[in-house]
Amino acid sequence: MKIKFELNHEFVEVETTLSKRLLDVIREDFDLIGTKEGCAEGECGACLVYVDDLLVNSCLVPIANVVDKHVVTIEAFSKTDGYQKIEDAFVKAGAVQCGYCTPGMVMAVHELLKQYPNPTVEEVKEGLSGNLCRCTGYQSIFEAVNLLIEGGYLDV
Amino acid sequence: MKITDHVDRVDVRDKLKGVTRYIEDIVFEDLHYARTLRSTIPKGKIVKIDYPPIEEGITIVDHTDVCYKNEVAMILKDMPIFASESVNYVGEPISLIVGKDKDQIIRYYNQIKITYENDSSAIFTMDEGFEKGEIFSEHTFNVGSLEDITYDDCFVQEYETGYQEQVYMEKQGVVGTFEDDIVTVYGSLQCPYYVLNAMKHALNLDETKVRVIQTPTGGAFGGKEEYPSLMALQVAVAAMKVKKPVRLIFDRREDMAFTTKRHPSKSIIKTYLNNKKIVGMSFEINLDSGPYIGLSDVVLQRAIFTMMGCYMFDFIKVTGRTIKTNNIFTGAFRGFGAPQSMYALELHMNQLGRYLDIDPIDLRRPYFVKKGDKTSTNGIFNEDIYLDKMTDMLLDLIDYETVECEDDPNIGYGFSFIPHGGGFTGDGEAVHIKAEVHLKKDCDGDIHILISNVEMGQGAITALSKIVASALDYPMERIFYQQPDTFKVPDSGPTVASRTTMVVGGLLYKAALKLKNQLDSKEEILIKEYFKQPDYVKWNQDKLEGNAYMAYSWSIIMARVEVDPLTYEVNCTDIYGIYDVGVPIDERLLLGQIHGGVIQGLGYGLLEKMTSEKGLIQQHSFSNYVIPTTCDIPNIHSEWIMNKYVDGPFGAKAVGELTLVGVAPAVASAVEQVINKRINKLPVTPELILEVLNED
Repeated sequence: MKIKFELNHEFVEVETTLSKRLLDVIREDFDLIGTKEGCAEGECGACLVYVDDLLVNSCLVPIANVVDKHVVTIEAFSKTDGYQKIEDAFVKAGAVQCGYCTPGMVMAVHELLKQYPNPTVEEVKEGLSGNLCRCTGYQSIFEAVNLLIEGGYLDV
Repeated sequence: MKITDHVDRVDVRDKLKGVTRYIEDIVFEDLHYARTLRSTIPKGKIVKIDYPPIEEGITIVDHTDVCYKNEVAMILKDMPIFASESVNYVGEPISLIVGKDKDQIIRYYNQIKITYENDSSAIFTMDEGFEKGEIFSEHTFNVGSLEDITYDDCFVQEYETGYQEQVYMEKQGVVGTFEDDIVTVYGSLQCPYYVLNAMKHALNLDETKVRVIQTPTGGAFGGKEEYPSLMALQVAVAAMKVKKPVRLIFDRREDMAFTTKRHPSKSIIKTYLNNKKIVGMSFEINLDSGPYIGLSDVVLQRAIFTMMGCYMFDFIKVTGRTIKTNNIFTGAFRGFGAPQSMYALELHMNQLGRYLDIDPIDLRRPYFVKKGDKTSTNGIFNEDIYLDKMTDMLLDLIDYETVECEDDPNIGYGFSFIPHGGGFTGDGEAVHIKAEVHLKKDCDGDIHILISNVEMGQGAITALSKIVASALDYPMERIFYQQPDTFKVPDSGPTVASRTTMVVGGLLYKAALKLKNQLDSKEEILIKEYFKQPDYVKWNQDKLEGNAYMAYSWSIIMARVEVDPLTYEVNCTDIYGIYDVGVPIDERLLLGQIHGGVIQGLGYGLLEKMTSEKGLIQQHSFSNYVIPTTCDIPNIHSEWIMNKYVDGPFGAKAVGELTLVGVAPAVASAVEQVINKRINKLPVTPELILEVLNED
C-alpha cells in the first residue's frame, strides 16, 4: 500500500508493506545510504534517524509508524550549520576510524547537546551509550564533544 | 612539520556525512541476493537435501557448480567452498539460495529439508581432541635444558581463555559479478590478493579473468583476513551461474555465530625457582582450531614465539598445539595468538610476585631483555630496547608510591609487559609475501600510491600518504591512494600483522626517495619497490630458529580497578600505558590505535563472554554478547618513547595489535589483588568472581 510521510523536508510516497522497516525504506526506496544497519535489534545506534523530534533506531520502526511524520536522516542533517560544527570537531579530535557507526554517532551527539548544552561526563557517557563503536574506544568522540561544548554548539 | 604531528585524516569527511559507500550501499544493476543454507549438525553425512520444486527466479548454487576445485586455498586447502558429502561444524555452508526477491528467497529457504546421518564422534573440547590425537600441528622449542638448572621450587598454573568476536560494525559482505568472461568480487576485506589467489585456485582462471576490488571496510580486526575468501568464492561461483551480480551479506546473527573468531586457549605455565629467583619456565598452549586449520598454525606460531614476553631465563621450553574440533573454525583477530599467550604469561608473572611476596615490577626487572640478547628462538634482539626506561616512565605516570599505599580493599592494580613483533613471523615477508609496491607520478605531477593494503578504519590511507608526502617533501593533497583493485595494484601483501605502516610504508618510503629527484619531470614515472629481507633477519622455518620478527614494539600497562563488594562488578577506572612503537607516524593515529585497542582488550578481559554448546555459539547478537559501551570505559593515560627503527619509514614500527594485547592480563591481575584469589580464566565476569570466591 501507499505510505505518505515527510522525508528530509520533502513530502514523499512509497508503495510498500506496512511492516517494512523504516531503515529499509530509507535505504532501498530512497537510496539514502548514510543510515546503516549494524545489529538490527536496536543495540548499536548505526541506524539512528529523527522521526519528528524523536531520535530512533530505524531498524525497530515499521514504516506504518511514520505515516504523516517527518523523518530526518544524516543526508539532511549534514546540511545544517550544527552538523558542520560536529564534522569539524570530529575531524579535529580524530573521532572517526572505519566510519560505519559515524553518521549515527553524529546524530546522537547532536541530540545529547540539544538536551544538555553543558553535559557532565556522566551525561555524555549515558547520552552516547546507545551508540556502539568498535574502533575508537570512544575517547576521541568524548574529545569531539568537549570541543563542541567549548565552542558553544547551540550558538548556531 | 614533524612526521609525528597530527594531520587531518583524508577519508573521514565523507564518512561523517554518510556518503561513503560500503558494500551494502553500492548499487549494482539487476542485483541478486544470496542466502546461505547451512549445516545444523556439528558432524555427519548429508544423506539428502529436499529442495522444493525450483521456482522461477530462484537458483541453487552448490558444490556441483564449482567449475574446478571445491577448495578454499588459504595456507592449506582443507576447507570446501560448499560442503558436499559431509559437514564438520554447525553452520557450515552447503549451498546458496539466489534470487532477486528477498522474500521469495526466504520462503523457498524455509521449505528446504536436509537429512543427515549424525556422526557421534564430534569433538567439542580441546581436552577431548587432544586425547583422541586430533592435533593439526604441534611445535616445540627450548633454550637450555631442565637438567642444567638447579631449582628448589616450582610454581604451576593453568589458564583458559574463550572466544572473542571481532564485532566489526559492518558485517561481512561481498558481491560477485560475471561480465565479459571476467569474474569480479567486490567486498569488505583486508587481503585482496588472498581472495584473488583463492579464486584462481578454485576456478582455474588466471589473473586476467578474476578480479578483486576492496570496498570501504567498516572495521575488520582480523575478521576479514581469511573469511572473505570463502564468501568470495561462493558469490563468484553464483555469479558465473546466474550471470548477474550476486550479493552475500550476512545478518548479524550469522556473522557472530558462523564466522571466524579468536581461538579459545588452554595453557600451563611452570616456573622453576631457586632462592626466589626464576631459573626456568616451561609453557604449553593449546588452541581450539575448529574443523579446518585455516590460519590456526600461524596464529599458534605467534602465540609461542611471543611466549617469553619481555624476559629471558636460563631454561625455557615452549610447546604449542592446534587442536581439531567440531566447533566453529577460528582465525585471525588483532593480536593473533599473542592475547592468549600474553594473558597467561603476564597474569602468571603477577601471581608469581604475590606467591613470592615480591613487588610485581621488581620481580620482572632482572629478566628484561635488551639489545644483543638472544631471543627464545635463538635469534638476536637487533634494536634498542628500553624496558627499564619505559618502566620508570610508567612509575612516574602512575605515582607508584600512592599505588603501593592504597588501603581501599576494593581497589586493585595489575601490570603487563608486552612485546609484539611487526610483520610476518620469521622469513614470511621474504618467502611468502614478497611485497611489491608501486608509486606513480602523473605527467601533471600528482602521485599515486598503488598497493593492495586496505583502509579498514586504522588510518592506513592517511599514514601512507603522509609517509610519501614527507619523504618527497610534497603537498599531501597531491598524493592519491588507489582503492585496491587487483587489475590496478600490485600485491603488497595482506593488511594484517601490524605490517602496513612498518613494512609497506617502508617500501613506499624507499620508492619515494627514488622518485624525489625526478619530481620536476613532465613524464609519467613508475617506481617499483620490492621487499628485501634485512641482513640481520635469519630464520629456519623447519627448526623454528632465528629471528622470529624483524623488530618488536613494546607496551607496559597498569590497570586500576574497583570491585563492587556486593555485586562483584568490576569497574576499570584507569589504564596507564607506555608504548614503544619506534617513531609514530602521526600521534593522533597512534592514539586512535591505543584507545581502540585498549577498549577491545578490556572487552576481552572483562565483558566479552562467548561460549559454544555442542558446536553452536551461544552469544550471537549484540544483546547477549556485550562489547564495551561509552559507560564501560576507563580513563586512558598514555605516553610513548621515540625509538627510531632503522628499517621502518621515519623509524616507525608496528602499532595496531600491540595495543590490545596487554590489557586483559593487567585487568585480571588487578581484580585478583582485590579478591586475593587466582582467577585463571577470561573474561573476568562477576559470575566468575563469585564462583572463584565460593571455591573451597
